[in-house]
Formats: sequence, structure tokens, C-alpha cells
Amino acid sequence: MPDKENAPLTIYLDHLARGELAYQFSPAAGRAVFYPRVLCPFTGSARLEWRISRGLGTVYATTVVHPVEGKPYNVALIDCDEGFRLMSRVEDIAPEDVRIGQRVRFRVHRPGGEEPPQPVFVPEAA
Amino acid sequence: MDGLKRGGAAIVGVAESDIGQVAEGMSVFDLMAQGASRALDDCGLTLKDVDGLFSATTQSRLSVLALAEYLGINPRFLGSTIVGGSSFEYHVAHAMAAIALGLCNVALIAYGSTQRSVGRRQASLREVNPYETPFKPFLPSSAYALAASRHMHEFGTTREQLAAVAVAAREWALLNPAAWEKKPLTIEDVLSSRMVSYPFTVRDCCLVTDGGGAIVVTSAERARSLKKPPAYVLGFGHSVTHASISSMPDLTVTGAEAAGKAAYAMAGVGPADIKAVELYDAFTINTILFLEDLGFCRKGEGGAFVSGGRIGPNGSLAVNTNGGGLSYCHPGMYGLFILIEAVRQVRDECGARQVRSCEVALAHGNGGVLSSQATVILGTQATV
Repeated sequence: MPDKENAPLTIYLDHLARGELAYQFSPAAGRAVFYPRVLCPFTGSARLEWRISRGLGTVYATTVVHPVEGKPYNVALIDCDEGFRLMSRVEDIAPEDVRIGQRVRFRVHRPGGEEPPQPVFVPEAA
Repeated sequence: MDGLKRGGAAIVGVAESDIGQVAEGMSVFDLMAQGASRALDDCGLTLKDVDGLFSATTQSRLSVLALAEYLGINPRFLGSTIVGGSSFEYHVAHAMAAIALGLCNVALIAYGSTQRSVGRRQASLREVNPYETPFKPFLPSSAYALAASRHMHEFGTTREQLAAVAVAAREWALLNPAAWEKKPLTIEDVLSSRMVSYPFTVRDCCLVTDGGGAIVVTSAERARSLKKPPAYVLGFGHSVTHASISSMPDLTVTGAEAAGKAAYAMAGVGPADIKAVELYDAFTINTILFLEDLGFCRKGEGGAFVSGGRIGPNGSLAVNTNGGGLSYCHPGMYGLFILIEAVRQVRDECGARQVRSCEVALAHGNGGVLSSQATVILGTQATV
């Protein structure tokens, strides 16, 4: 019996807790895989390497959610330079000022309590 | 020939259940049964004839079992594929396959939802996606809003063009006595309504209503002896590109492209042959994306295409003639209603909103967040 594998989500969150944005790379496909999983969706290979992103990316799509109660906030899809996309938000600027094509940099948001850390982004120049 | 046979089966009975806001205490199975009873009346069959049963709803885990129990039948063939609002387009194809294999002969496909009465939160289980939920996207609206943002960025599509979709849907709805919305709508009304998830105001988003219905599918041979003219299934195609919006390969191109291509190939027709286009308009961007991906205009030109009343009742292409999910009815999984409307158009039953000489109609279902796309092409006897 092989040892039990750690859950991809657990590994991902452990990296985030250390301030790292981790993703997987599939040698068989020669490209990044995100969200983390136990097999490569491009080739079916179970061999996936964990890598740490440099944390730089570009806004691919953006919206401002207007909740019935509370302030409007940003939700965006970010294309990281290593070739994977994730949902996140851009902070430090007004939500309506987030622009598609804008360069952004990763940072960790720690909500505290029971909630796991989150990968968020800020304008690269900031 | 492999696969489904063009015109091998037909939709012979269609009906809505009560829709809009249903009576207090009605269950999703009450609505499915209402739809079943009315759809069977529509074609002159009875529950005794039903030997294939399909259903989908967000409000029951084992809906087809509960429906079989409710109806008091033990069908030879069961199907409960659930791919969001496009489920019923798949059911038509699966029923057609089962009929071709002799696994059943009369398939009943049913849907019910009481999401307006019980509230959206009660009507569908909230799923946690650890890679999306922390960012609080208001789903499904925000997912479609992200797609709209990308379409606006790449092609210069405007909020006014999105609003034109809602206005056209409303104009059609005013011709449909069953529609929820009864008052005219202007582009300015859409733009100035409450913002939900930019660029969408509440008028860019589908209604939240109760509703259900049923359709009856049988072999072409049996269809010919029934009460009303059959709507033959000429083509079917589907495509699944992702489940969550962050995994959609390109937010400006949907699986409708592949689904439509397959359906057109099977049917031996193209966009120019389609007289009534019934698209799943959960949000205004859907209509634009699907008109492009199904070949009614070129990619990126959808915004201009829907403007100037072109898809309204006095326009050049009849789109969402029942008023759509935006103005007629949207109980959460709207895909059954576009089939009902396409059948009625092919049968020439639509009164004030009837499209002239509607020999061929297209129903295009969407499920999840642009995730699942399924196209059904229907035609009259003359087209088979």
C-alpha cells in the first residue's frame, strides 16, 4: 500500500500560509495546472510538480459586486505569468478602477479565525 | 449511420405547469405532475403510455424516483442527467437514443421549481469551491458579469447593447399572456436599475420565478398518429467546457459553438434556415454570446447585432419569442421552456408572437456558468 497522498488543497493552503502562491506544473503537458489536483487535465498524467509563482499577473476579467447590504467589492480573474488563471480580487484601489489588462502583484490576505489565507492582488506599481 | 437519426423522434406534447408565483404549498412534484398531465393531454396520450421518465430539479436529490412514485408508474427507462438549465435538451437526446434502441417508446421529461416561493437559498444547495467562494462572487450573476466584462473589453460591446437584449425580450413578453412581466421596458430603465454585478443591473438578470412543465417525446412513427403536428428532432449537439467560471478557457467563446456545429451537421441546416431562435437568456450577455457562437453573426458583432430592435418582434430575426428568462419565466433551470416555445412555434400556435412560416426552430440550453451548452433543432413534417 502506498502512503496516503496529501490533499492538493492542503498543500496549496500550506504554501499560502507561508506567503507563497503555489501551482502545479505538468511535465507531460509542459504547462501549468490550476486549481491543484491529483492528475493533469491535459494528459491524464498523475505526475504533477508543485511550483511557486513569482506572483505577477494580469487582470483577465473583472466585476464589481453590489451586495444588497454592505459596500461594493471587486471580483477578478487573474492570469499569472506562469500560465494559470485564478479567481481573486484586486485590493488597494477602488473596485470600479480595476481594469482588464492591468498588471498586478500577489499578496496574502489573512482573514483570521478559522478562515484559511487567500491569494489577493494589488496593482504592480503600488 | 452512427448516433442519433435525424427526425427519428419528435416532441409531440408540451405544457407549462403553473408558473410565476404558484399557490402556497405546491411542491416541485405537484408542478411536474401538472406539466405531465397537460403535456399528455396536448398529444392525446395518457400516463399508461409513458414508459420512459426523465426529470431534473435542484430541489430533490432523487427526483426521478420521487416523480415515478408520485405518478404511480414504473417506467422501463429512467434518466436524470442534471447539467443545470441545459438538462432537458440532453434529456431529449437521451430519450431519442433510448427510443431508437427500443428501451422505451414514450418518454416524459419533467421539471419543477418553487424557487420564488421558498427563496433561492432554499431552492438550491450552496456549494463551496475553495478556489472561488472566499472571494464572494455573487453566483451565478458575477460569473456571467466577468464574461461580459471580457466581451466589452475585446469587442467594445456596451451596456446599452446588453440592455437592448432585455428590451427585446420584454417586447416579446408583452405578446405572451403567460409572461411574468407586463410593462414596457426601455434601455434607460435597464441602465438605471439597481446594480447587481457590474455591468449587470437587475434588468440584465433573469427573473426569479416558480414554474415547471413537461414535454413528451416519442418515435417519428408513433408521432404521426397523435393529436397535433409533431416537432421532429432534426439535430442535437452539446459541449461541456468547464464547471466553474475560473476554469472557462475563453470567456468570450462558449461551448455553443461546438454544440451548434454538431446540431447543424445532424440536421443538415444552417443558421439561415432557422426561423425562431430560442436561447437560454439567463443574463443579457448570453443572447449575444449564443447568437455569435451559433453563427447568426460573427464573433464580436453580437452587440451591434442585437441593437436597433433587430431581435425584437418587429426585427429581422425572431429571438426568444416567449419573452425569455429575462421577462417570461425563470425558475432556475429554464431549459425546458425554450423547448416548449420552439415546439409551439413549429406548430404555429403562438398567436400574436407567432413567427411566420416557422418550419425550423432552434432551442439552445445553457447550464452552470456558461459551462454546459446544448442545441436542439426542431422541424415540421415537411422538413424531415
